[in-house]
Amino acid sequence: MVGGVSPFLKQPKHECLEMKAPLRAKAFREFSAGVALAVLMTLGAPTYAATPADTLVEGFAIDDLITLDPAEAFEFSAAEFIANSYNKLVNLDLQDTSKIVGELADSWTVSDDSLTYTFKLKPGLQFASGNPITAADVAYSFERVVKLDKSPGFLITQFGITGDNVAEKAKALDPLTFQLTVDKAYAPSFVLNVLTSMTASVVDKELVLQHVKPVTPSDEFKYDNDFGNEWLKSAYAGSGPFKLIVWKANEALVLERNDNATIHQAALKRIIYRHMKESAGQRLALENGDIDIARNLEPGDVDAIAAKEGYTVTSAPKGTLYLLGLNQKNQYLAKPQVRQAIKYLIDYDAIASTLIKGIGQVHQTFLPSGQLGALEDKPFSLNVDKAKALLAEAGLPDGFAVTLDVRNTQPVSGIAESLQQTFAQAGIKLELIVGDGKQVLTKCRARQHDMCFSNWGSDYFDPNSNAETFTVNTDNSDASKNKTLAWRNSWDPGELNGVTHAALQEKDTAKRTAMYQDLERKVLDTGPYAFIYQQIEVAGYSSKVKNFRLGPSFDTNYVFPISKD
Amino acid sequence: MTDSSSSTPESWRDWLLTAEPHSRHQARLGRAYVTWRRFSENRLAVTGLVIILALVLIAIFADLLAPHSATVGNLAGARLLPPGSSGFLLGSDDQGRDILSRLIVGSRITLAVVALVAIIAAPVGLLIGTVAGFAGGYVDAVLMRITDIFLAFPKLILALAFVAALGPGIENAVIAIALTSWPPYARLARAETLGVRNSDYIAAVRLMGASPTRIVVRHIMPMCLSSLIVRVTLDMAGIILTAAGLGFLGLGAQPPMPEWGTMIASGRRFILDQWWVATMPGLAILVVSLGFNLLGDGLRDALDPREAGR
Amino acid sequence: MTAIEASKLARRRRIRGLALTFGRFAIMLATTFLGLLAVTFFIGRVVPIDPVLAIVGDRAPAAVVERVREQMGFNLPLWQQFFIYLRQALTGDFGVSVLTTNPVFDDILRVFPATLELATVGTLIGAGLGVPLGVIAAVRRGSFADQIVRIVGLIGYSVPIFWLGLLSLLLFYARLKWVAYPGRLDVAYEYTFTPITGLYLFDAAWTRQWDILWDAFRHIILPGSLLGYFSLAYISRMTRSFMLNELGQEYIVAARAKGLSERRIVWFHALRNAAVPLVTVIALSYAGLLEGSVLTETVFSWPGIGLYITNSLQNADMNAVLGGTIVIGTVFIAINMFSDLLYRLLDPRTRMR
Repeated sequence: MVGGVSPFLKQPKHECLEMKAPLRAKAFREFSAGVALAVLMTLGAPTYAATPADTLVEGFAIDDLITLDPAEAFEFSAAEFIANSYNKLVNLDLQDTSKIVGELADSWTVSDDSLTYTFKLKPGLQFASGNPITAADVAYSFERVVKLDKSPGFLITQFGITGDNVAEKAKALDPLTFQLTVDKAYAPSFVLNVLTSMTASVVDKELVLQHVKPVTPSDEFKYDNDFGNEWLKSAYAGSGPFKLIVWKANEALVLERNDNATIHQAALKRIIYRHMKESAGQRLALENGDIDIARNLEPGDVDAIAAKEGYTVTSAPKGTLYLLGLNQKNQYLAKPQVRQAIKYLIDYDAIASTLIKGIGQVHQTFLPSGQLGALEDKPFSLNVDKAKALLAEAGLPDGFAVTLDVRNTQPVSGIAESLQQTFAQAGIKLELIVGDGKQVLTKCRARQHDMCFSNWGSDYFDPNSNAETFTVNTDNSDASKNKTLAWRNSWDPGELNGVTHAALQEKDTAKRTAMYQDLERKVLDTGPYAFIYQQIEVAGYSSKVKNFRLGPSFDTNYVFPISKD
Repeated sequence: MTDSSSSTPESWRDWLLTAEPHSRHQARLGRAYVTWRRFSENRLAVTGLVIILALVLIAIFADLLAPHSATVGNLAGARLLPPGSSGFLLGSDDQGRDILSRLIVGSRITLAVVALVAIIAAPVGLLIGTVAGFAGGYVDAVLMRITDIFLAFPKLILALAFVAALGPGIENAVIAIALTSWPPYARLARAETLGVRNSDYIAAVRLMGASPTRIVVRHIMPMCLSSLIVRVTLDMAGIILTAAGLGFLGLGAQPPMPEWGTMIASGRRFILDQWWVATMPGLAILVVSLGFNLLGDGLRDALDPREAGR
Repeated sequence: MTAIEASKLARRRRIRGLALTFGRFAIMLATTFLGLLAVTFFIGRVVPIDPVLAIVGDRAPAAVVERVREQMGFNLPLWQQFFIYLRQALTGDFGVSVLTTNPVFDDILRVFPATLELATVGTLIGAGLGVPLGVIAAVRRGSFADQIVRIVGLIGYSVPIFWLGLLSLLLFYARLKWVAYPGRLDVAYEYTFTPITGLYLFDAAWTRQWDILWDAFRHIILPGSLLGYFSLAYISRMTRSFMLNELGQEYIVAARAKGLSERRIVWFHALRNAAVPLVTVIALSYAGLLEGSVLTETVFSWPGIGLYITNSLQNADMNAVLGGTIVIGTVFIAINMFSDLLYRLLDPRTRMR
């Protein structure tokens, strides 16, 4: 700002204008005061936003969604979506999830050698597009899963079905008969359980074929089209009670009633899953009527909603387990006494009554409650003296230093902080390395951790899923193809490998249960896992919402029975 | 008039304020005294100074002042207690730790962050700015281009991206903030350098055969110092806020470090019923930032009377 | 030289001066943009998160992960990746967001208006209140009003925006229920309202849907006011400073001597002269709000570009992060440089010869 005469200085046109100024100013002041008053008055009148009567709005963290294609999706949110919008050959009985009932299949037979499964479809069923549901659609659905070979592909390929033989192994005998051939005499309950997972959903072949993208075959992908994978990522080709309207990633998932659905019918017209990450935000929105159901509440907010007039809370244990993985590559953690000591340095009771209250229950074995073979033993509790004795036995009376990789979400990071304090009582200096979900996953999958706060949800509702990952490690080298959790923690289970494989084929349920329980006891004693808790899914909702129930897994969280007053 | 050998306050004042100092030392002290007088007349500025001094003292004596441990809490017994509960003046957080103690110990982190960023960013900026201003021509153009590139970047977003790339942690946050803080200092130093570059005394020193390095370091840099100090002090509030922002997004200090921004982030979940967990750290940040701003404003008014009252 | 030739020469000089200004401006813009690209690319490749995970999801088996990594070209040498990246960025191809499966450019076009709207509301509030406050503070310098304005401004500089946002949510939404949250519209309207420009306030008014306008207003007023407060702190301070500068000039004394009213002198003359740097300041404040939206959008779940970048960061969706950073960075740079240019153009004292 250099001094001098401003070039913008102008002479007033007429001196008379000066006199009008005070009057003009006064008028302006009065006008603006009036506007301000009007604004304040209207702001002061609270308007409550209620969700429309035919629409259900759920506040739900859906940021784990990456695709809606049943042949590719494997995330919890996707499981819920697919369960409510697609149909499968068979499904778990809604009332009793230990039984399997037919969904698209009217009946089925298993051959004597347990290798061939023949399903008879119900006649007259339609997709949302109007196309009839035939065995050809079922065969195509299996073909897609096997040939695309995405993350959940192993569920079907584990039966010896490959891209080359799928046409023969999963084929339509006639428009209403579908046949599946597996390579070994598995327990039929196991095979059928796998077929209840979302990957076995049936897609509309005609509709998908209209949207396939041509692809140049290469060494990795031998086929000339993508089987509609790119289109189905954010589109819909199913027959379930709801159809997709739109998926806006990290914002919302909007479903509308499918009027062509016959197997299950939806009561409400529209379902909106609104992405909201925080419990406090969901609670506020629930209290204000902006959402009907809040799905990610934390303990304090659960209590507040439960205590509030006009609101209810429901919960259901889920099959997801939270545990510390102790990498055996770490010289301290490789000592068996150290592993056991750590299991005694977790304040299970305090954690249960504060950090996971209502959203988790203490669980210490590798099969979650509700699954066949689950063991409810809880031999460990906070016992600093015993831990110290064990450490002394291991030659580490003064403790040692170790790191823990943990996600920056609750409640796990709160639990990790609590662990820091209890470990310190025995001389173990625990350093927390907090990262976001994918960071932690990257590190732990690459065996670069000391301790990793992991979680594991069963891929299907059968004990083999968890047993495989916790007790099987056939190749402990860095180049192994089979990267189970046991591998990730560099643990060689030895003879347990064989026991798990045998249990898979055991047809007698009682014997099978005993085998798994035995495995669990052995893992309690020697396994490099400190199981902490099993997830309880909890939801708070307005009492206007009826028939809302949470199932034992995300693909049994059905929304079609829900209605509103 | 007074006996120059007596040491009564009056003669000290006269000695400091005399128009004919006998030594450079006396002149410097005199100038400092005048600046201090101007500074202390501004009540707000003195308030700022008091706040900052209190912060420093608290940080130094944190261990003595904190009534409880800042890291060990009573999960089962003392969780989320409201302020005023026995022994918990400001309440306790979700791990049962005393919030007051955490704030006190956290002051060390705040101070450390501010000091580190200042120590890294200011000298870098000073160096680049003076070199660019003094050298001129090609060097100036290149250096200023780089400076402008960094200056034109959105700071928080860049710090965010840096920390995300390097990994969350207070050290990486410090580096990220420092990397985005130096450009204004470079600009400032360059502007000052351009102002004094052609003055007579620089010409005189050059005639005497001083090397460019010597001229820059011994004669030009000191001229930039006062405005630089003011700018750094004023920026300190912004640095604290940026570090807190990074902590809030989960990219700065990690739990259980009692960094104030991280505390706000952890307390956010309880804002509805246990509002104190998030509010207290925010108040602490507010007070300290205010202190730095007041101090910086006061320094600027005192050091450069032409800008006084602006 | 004749008079005609002289004037022709003068005009040629002026044009050359103008061309030089624009030319240098263009070069600065280009190099700064290139630097931004380089920095963002570097950041993007140093990330310790496996970007493939965002594509295949958390539960993918290892073989799938490795296969996809090969397909996406993450195993190429770094400099090769940068050139590919550069070429794509210059054509507006920021790649495909692995989260939304849309091209990042489309995603940004979708979310950017939300931030734009928020920043505009914030700047309107900030300038609309900040300028008059700054003028009053300058005119009544040293008085109580001046102190109040300064303190309000100081607090605006010192308070963490996310903290204030949380508390204001608690007060105005949870307790008083005056405002609406989260997002930009209530669920009832959100999926039935088709935006035109993406600026909901404008679109609703344009299509005369007054209930939607009111709802959008109730959603934007709190975050907008929050940003407005920060903008106000900065603008009022700068206005005060500029006004003090102007009011100390000689022409003010002359105007007073001429008998012009104080009000006219202040608002009509002094403010008009201060307007030029003030416009620069307001432009810079706008750019600052665009950047500061990151924290505000996180607190208010406002689906703008700040939230988009933060979400993408946490999911290692580097295409989206870099795309978003480039867009914000470019807008930021552009605003900075344009205001610089504007200042040079408007104030003839600073024109280049």
